[in-house]
Amino acid sequence: MRRADTTRLPYLCATLKEPAVSADPTQTLAFDSSCHLFSGCGFDTVAPGLHSFLFKPLWGDTNGIYFNKPMLLALLGSIVVVGFFWAAFARPKVVPGKLQLVAEAGYDFIRRGVVYETIGKKEGEKYVPLVVSLFFFVWMMNLWSIVPVAQFPVTSIIAYPMVLALIVYLVWVPLTFKRHGFVGAFKNFTGYDKSLGAVLPLAMTIELFSNLLVRPFTHAVRLFANMFAGHTLLVLFTVASWYMLNGIGIAYSAVSFSMTLVMTAFELFIQAVQAYVFVLLTCSYIQGALAEHH
Amino acid sequence: MTHSWVQFAAEKENPLVPPWPELVIGLIAFVIVFGFLAKKLLPNINKVLEERREAIEGGIEKAEAAQTEAQSVLEQYKAQLAEARHEAARLRQEAQEQGAALIAEMRAEGQRQREEIVTAGHAQIEADRKSAAQTLRQDVGKLATELAGKLVGESLEDHARQSRVIDRFLDELEEKAEATR
Repeated sequence: MRRADTTRLPYLCATLKEPAVSADPTQTLAFDSSCHLFSGCGFDTVAPGLHSFLFKPLWGDTNGIYFNKPMLLALLGSIVVVGFFWAAFARPKVVPGKLQLVAEAGYDFIRRGVVYETIGKKEGEKYVPLVVSLFFFVWMMNLWSIVPVAQFPVTSIIAYPMVLALIVYLVWVPLTFKRHGFVGAFKNFTGYDKSLGAVLPLAMTIELFSNLLVRPFTHAVRLFANMFAGHTLLVLFTVASWYMLNGIGIAYSAVSFSMTLVMTAFELFIQAVQAYVFVLLTCSYIQGALAEHH
Repeated sequence: MTHSWVQFAAEKENPLVPPWPELVIGLIAFVIVFGFLAKKLLPNINKVLEERREAIEGGIEKAEAAQTEAQSVLEQYKAQLAEARHEAARLRQEAQEQGAALIAEMRAEGQRQREEIVTAGHAQIEADRKSAAQTLRQDVGKLATELAGKLVGESLEDHARQSRVIDRFLDELEEKAEATR
């Protein structure tokens, strides 16, 4: 393990003796709440940064096995998703109740609007459970961002999108081999097309690289980066509202606070959109694996 | 305490490098969701959705059957109505024909009876006229003879001559009458 000096940390205020991140695990706020504008305290002391995405373990040691807030939220989130669908679908009725109707609408939206639309009804039916689980799981993980007290999108930690992208990768890559055989799969990955002529080797190299290496990376990072940026903005406006709450700064604070509200609404939208994009890409990859000619 | 936390933060400097415990928890969390949804909850709702689809289609089929039955009943009714109308028209026609025939028959009968009566009347009148003419001829002959006897003062007893003269006179009268007619 690398022993880092505190001064090497780019996101800590250089003049600060104490780190911006609270060291006290019992403290709920992740910044110094006594730091205000015009009180000789710079905004860089409280500004959000990479440290906003780091959590002191609730249990265990960072060098080994540990358990922190995003992990707790991930597990809680899956319980919430399962709980919701359990309540709706455990004893489903032909004439649905309100909850079943809502859950059915969500299920139908993904099944019909995403899976059937991209893969087709016949081929896609097999992947409906995976895609539905992915959508609602990702959406719930994103939603934690604006749930009071939780207020952290689990998907802004790269590990979670990466696991999901890896699962999707392990679905469509073997599927390509199974469907087309080794040579067919290779042609599928490389976008083999004789009409390209002399540029064919170059095109094939780029395609292979793009499909097998860049694709899973961008699949995970697209979700991660959106949620990361969204959370940073929310924290920035929230912290700034508090920081500027001093003297004439109250006026600035009001602007910042209204931005917090606007961004919260915007995040609510982005969370659903990103979950949708994630499953849409999943379906498009599976469809590409099933397609005869890439 | 503070020191170790900062070190921890430093180690996790690159946000694109995932720490493995979070990968594991992420996997577990997703597997929980996928397991419940794929193994129990989605098959559950699929069954119900299928049942609902069948129920709706069954309802549509039932409605279609009812409609078909109603249609056939309506056609049957219409056919019956048409038949009844036809029958009524036929009966009316028959009655009309029968009535006409009856009237014609009655008329013919009346005609016949009238002619009979007229014929009988004519015969009667003829007979009466004949007998009256006979009687009149005798009476007129006798009266004329008597009158003539009185006038001429001589008895016209001679029957044969008398009879011939009267007859000739009467024939002349008759001829006159014929001529004036």
